[in-house]
This record gives sequence, structure tokens and C-alpha cells, in this order.
Amino acid sequence: MNLRSAIHFASAALALAFGAVPFAVASDTIDPVADAKAFQNFFTQKFPKLKPEDFVNGPYSLNEDMHRQWEEKEQFPPYEFALDLGKELFAKPFKNGKTYADCFPNGGIGIRQNYPYFDEKEGKVITLELALNRCREANGEAPFSYVKDEMAALTAYMAFTSRGKPFDIKIPNDPRALEAYQNGKRYFYTRRGQLNFSCASCHVQNPGERIRAEILAPALGILNGMPIYRSEWSGMGTTSRRFTTCNSQIRGVPLEPQADEYRDLEYYLSYVSNGLPISGPGARP
Amino acid sequence: MASTIRVRAISSGETTEVQALIQHPMDSGFVKDANGAIIPPHFIQELTFEYDGKAVFVADWGPAVSKDPYVKFSFKGGKKGDDLKISWVDNKGESDTTTAKIQ
Repeated sequence: MNLRSAIHFASAALALAFGAVPFAVASDTIDPVADAKAFQNFFTQKFPKLKPEDFVNGPYSLNEDMHRQWEEKEQFPPYEFALDLGKELFAKPFKNGKTYADCFPNGGIGIRQNYPYFDEKEGKVITLELALNRCREANGEAPFSYVKDEMAALTAYMAFTSRGKPFDIKIPNDPRALEAYQNGKRYFYTRRGQLNFSCASCHVQNPGERIRAEILAPALGILNGMPIYRSEWSGMGTTSRRFTTCNSQIRGVPLEPQADEYRDLEYYLSYVSNGLPISGPGARP
Repeated sequence: MASTIRVRAISSGETTEVQALIQHPMDSGFVKDANGAIIPPHFIQELTFEYDGKAVFVADWGPAVSKDPYVKFSFKGGKKGDDLKISWVDNKGESDTTTAKIQ
């Protein structure tokens, strides 16, 4: 068989495989537990000096200079104003007299580590941001923008009350949950945009390296610090803002915030960071 | 509304270390909004820290200082429990003042 026909044969076989088993592209079976273990091992082996909980502080754990700057910054963190606003908003009742606390288990305090979760009734992933806006709409209030300002302030406060609690994302025994997980994983590893980068190109292959003046954060623990005050944005941003901005920075067209793909991605990325503590709100350069 | 100024002043005997974070847009006047209209300049021009009736730190600021600025400095003297007065004035004539206890 010459080379050309070998390639033809191989691509035909691939096409067959894709057509026949749509959710088994990367591996034969979906095994989130093994995935998370492999994912965490990859990072701990790549950065043998770091403790698992160091990863939640992103680039600050990877560079000594930045670590010193960060320690100083944390004494007087730039997200303080947002945190205060979040606390105020969270306590303020809606027009009907109810509050956010009525929409969440445990009154919304110390629950960040359980989001996003898979809702078996709806068959979809529910993120904290989505749950907050649904809470507003259910009480007759207009939803907030998903990317910054009030939404970031509210999630900052909710993350702050959950600091130190390990991520505890569950995948229920429901084929749709596994599918959402697998969709998120596929989104994470798929290249897109004019630069043809996947999320993994930067955050798995190159954490600790520079992209222009920035130091790339490891994907492990990257959501634990959300929402973040970014000096580059001179303001707060949510997970939605991080995803959409990442997509436009690789010169792709971002999806709508809280699109199904982003929710699945958040589900996957949070699941593989299970066990790492919540450190949000964070500050990033 | 809560104060726009956050201060922490810690005395170590001889010197007092002061950190402050100020909430202010610090618009330079060179930036356009989403509709293409220029955002008018709006920035702090003078920032003063006073201790015992005397200015210990005065900053003449301009449009190049970033949003929500952060300042850190130390001065000789300052006793635990004493007051430190902080005030700023911006180019629109707006101002804010707060007093912090030295810790």
C-alpha cells in the first residue's frame, strides 16, 4: 500500500469512528474520576515544588517576583470595593421583599464550591451566575450583565464566604450529565479562532510561560479564584468574562455568556479541580 | 455611601507605614466610550495625608494615574491611636475626606 492510500484509509477509518461513537472521540469510555486524577497529576508533576492548593492562585504561584507583589497586594486587595458592594447587594431585598438568600441552599453562604451543578430536572448545567440571574427573574427583577459590575460583586461576595472550601462538583448518574462533562472537555481541547488555539494550548501546555507580558495561569484551579479583579480590565470580571475574552483574544468569535458550551466547559474545568480550595475573589495582573 | 478611601496606617515606633486605596474612575480624557464619544477627563489632582495638622504626604496627580489608585508610603513619627487625615480633590472640584486611626 503506498503512502497516499494509507492516509486515505486512515482518514476513512477516523471518519467512521467519529460517526459511530459521537462522544468517544478522545478515549473509549468517559471516566471523569480518572480524568481528574490524570489532570491533577499532570500539573503536580509539571510543577513539583507546588502544593495542590497553590494552583488556585494562578500565575502568582509560578513566579517568585509576582508572588511577592501578590502578597503585598493581598494586604490591600483591589477587589475590596466589589466585595463590599456584593455584600450590600446580597442583603438588599427585592421589591417583593425576598432576598438572594431565599434562592440558595444555606442562604447562599459558603456554597460557591458546589457550583456549577448538573440539574437533572432540566438536563443542563447550572452555574452560579445563571442561578443568580434566575433568582432575580423569578422575583420580578431585571437580570444583571453576566460579565462584570453587580454580577461580579455578588459572585465575589459568595466566593468570599466560601473561601478555603474545596471544590465539590458532582456528576450525577445521568447520561446527560456525562455528556455535558464530555462536551465541556471537548470544548477545552478544541482549537479555534484565527490563532488556532485551544484553551489547553495556553493553560495546559504553557502555564508559567509568558504570553507577551503576562504569565499564563495553569488550568488546574483556574476557576477557584473567580471572579477576579484584573488590572488589565481595571475592574472585576466573572467566569463568563474570562471565557468570552479568552475567545476573542485568540481571534475567535465568543459565544453568548452562559451559552450551553460555556456552562459545560465550566462544569468540566471545575470538576477536574475538585478538592482544590475556593480562593475567590482574586486579583490578577 | 461608604467612603471612597480605604486606609491602613501602622506605626512601628519610629515610622508609620501608610497604605491607601481610593475608588475613583481616573478618566484621562483620551478614551472613547462604546459610541465613540470621548469620556471627559475626571481625575484626582491632589491627594493629601495630614498628621498632627501637618501634611506628611502630598501628591500632585494627573491623568496618567490608573483607576482606583493605590498608595503606599511611610513617614517618621506617628503614634498609635493618633488620627491621620486623608483627602483628595479632583479636576471637577469633587472631593472626599476621611480620618483613620494609626494602629
